[in-house]
Amino acid sequence: MTHTTGAADAPGAAADGLAKRVIVCLDVRDGKTTKGVRFLDNKVVGDPVAMAQQYYRDGVDELVFYDITASAERRGIMLDVVRRVAEQIFIPFAVGGGIGSVADMRAVLLAGAEKVSVNSQAVRNPHIISEGAAAFGTQCIVLGLDAKKDAAMPSGYRVMIDGMRRATELDALQWAQRAQRLGAGEVVLNAIDTDGVQAGYEMEVTRLLADSLTIPVVASGGAGTPDHLYEVLEHAHADAALVASMVHFGTYTVREIKRALSARGVCIREP
Amino acid sequence: MRSSDELVIVDYEAGNLRSVELAVSHLGAGAVTSGDPERVRRAGRVIFPGVGGADAAMAVLRSRGLDEALRDVHRAGRPMLGICVGCQVVFDSSEEGPTDCLGLVPGRVTRLLPAPGRKVPHMGWNVVRQRRPHPVVAGIADGARFYFVHSFSVLPAAREATVGATWYGREFAAVVAAGNIVATQFHAEKSGHWGLRLLDNFLSWSP
Repeated sequence: MTHTTGAADAPGAAADGLAKRVIVCLDVRDGKTTKGVRFLDNKVVGDPVAMAQQYYRDGVDELVFYDITASAERRGIMLDVVRRVAEQIFIPFAVGGGIGSVADMRAVLLAGAEKVSVNSQAVRNPHIISEGAAAFGTQCIVLGLDAKKDAAMPSGYRVMIDGMRRATELDALQWAQRAQRLGAGEVVLNAIDTDGVQAGYEMEVTRLLADSLTIPVVASGGAGTPDHLYEVLEHAHADAALVASMVHFGTYTVREIKRALSARGVCIREP
Repeated sequence: MRSSDELVIVDYEAGNLRSVELAVSHLGAGAVTSGDPERVRRAGRVIFPGVGGADAAMAVLRSRGLDEALRDVHRAGRPMLGICVGCQVVFDSSEEGPTDCLGLVPGRVTRLLPAPGRKVPHMGWNVVRQRRPHPVVAGIADGARFYFVHSFSVLPAAREATVGATWYGREFAAVVAAGNIVATQFHAEKSGHWGLRLLDNFLSWSP
C-alpha cells in the first residue's frame, strides 16, 4: 500500500489524521428498532431514540436509521423518530429506506438528518442521486449497495435490491462507480452472505470498492467481534464499519469496540 | 444601524440549518432563522452554516442581498460564525468557481485532492491542533476531534488567522479567527460535546 490516512500522514503527531468511523445501524419498523438475520426474522430490540442516546454517550461516530416500515402511510412515524433523535444527538446521522424523490430527501433533512441513503430506488431511477446531490450537495447522498457474490459478474458481485429479495443485472463495482459519478458522496456496502450472521464482513468486495472509489466506503453486514472491524478497516481499507447486532444485543458496547480497535493501532476517535 | 440582541441563523438554502438551530437551542439560546437581509443587518450575533459549494452559496447570498448584509454585520463588529461552506465564503475567492467570495478574511479556498488511501470528500472525525488561544476554543482539548465533510479547504493569508489546524494530506485551517469573525471548517453542531462547547463559547464571545 502506498499511502494511508492514518498516523503515517501526519508529521510529528502520531495520533493525528482522519479517524476510522464506527457507525451503528438501527433498522426501524413502526417506530421500533428491529434486527433480523439475513434480512429475515426481524425482532424488536428497543426504542430507537433511547438506543441512539446510549450509543452517543458511548462515543459512536455516526448513526444510520433504515426505515423498514412496510406501509407508506406510516412513514410519518419515522420522521418523528428523526426529529426526536436530532434534538438530542449532536453527531451526524443518515436516514434510509423508501426514499425515492427529492421531496422525500428534503423531509428527512428538514427533520434533522445529515444524510439520506438511497438503495433500490436509485437502481430503479439513478437520477435520484444526481438530483439529490444538486439539491443538497454530494456529502448528503449515500448510496446503499447490497451485493451478493456471483461469479457471473465482472467484479464477482451482483447488486441486489428490495432487501436482497430481488437480483438486478448490475455489477456491484460498476454500479458504485456510476453512483460516484452521479454525485453519491459515500457508499454503504452491505454484503448479503454475512449480514446478521456475525461471522465477519465480506472482505473481498469491500476492498475492491474501497480501493476503486474516491469516495468513502462504509463496510456493512457480518460484524460480530471487534476483530471483524479491525480486519475490514485495516485489510479491506474501509473508511468506516457499520455494526448492529453485536451492540443491539449487548454483546459489546461501542466503547469496548473502540478500545479494542485503538489497542490494535487503528486511528479512532476516543469516546 | 440599530442592533438587537437577536441571534440570527442565516438561511440561504445552503444546508442543514435544522442541526444548528437544535444545537443552539440545546445550549439554551434562542435564535431566529432568517433569509431577510434587514433582519441579518439588525442581528446582534450571526451564524451562517452551509454545505455544498462556495460558488453556489455566494450566488444565493448575492441574489438575496445577503452578501451586503453580512458585510454590514462585519463592519459593525458584531460576532459572526461561519460553518463549513460558511467558513469558505468569508475568504476572497475559491478555486471552485470564478465567483468572488465575501472577502472579509484575506486568503483563498483550494480543492482537496484525492490520493490513494485519501478519499475526497474529507469525511469524518479529524484532529484540530490549536495554533493560538482564542475565546471560541477555550476549554477545548488541544487535539480534540471534530466532524468534517468537505472537498475544499481554506488557506488564510495571515498566519495568525489560523486558530486551529488539521492535517489531511496537507495542513489546512480548521478554525479561523479575524476580528469579529470566527469560522470553522468542521460542523461544530455535529461534533459531539467539543462542538457544543465551541458553539457555547461563540454565544458568549464579545470580540
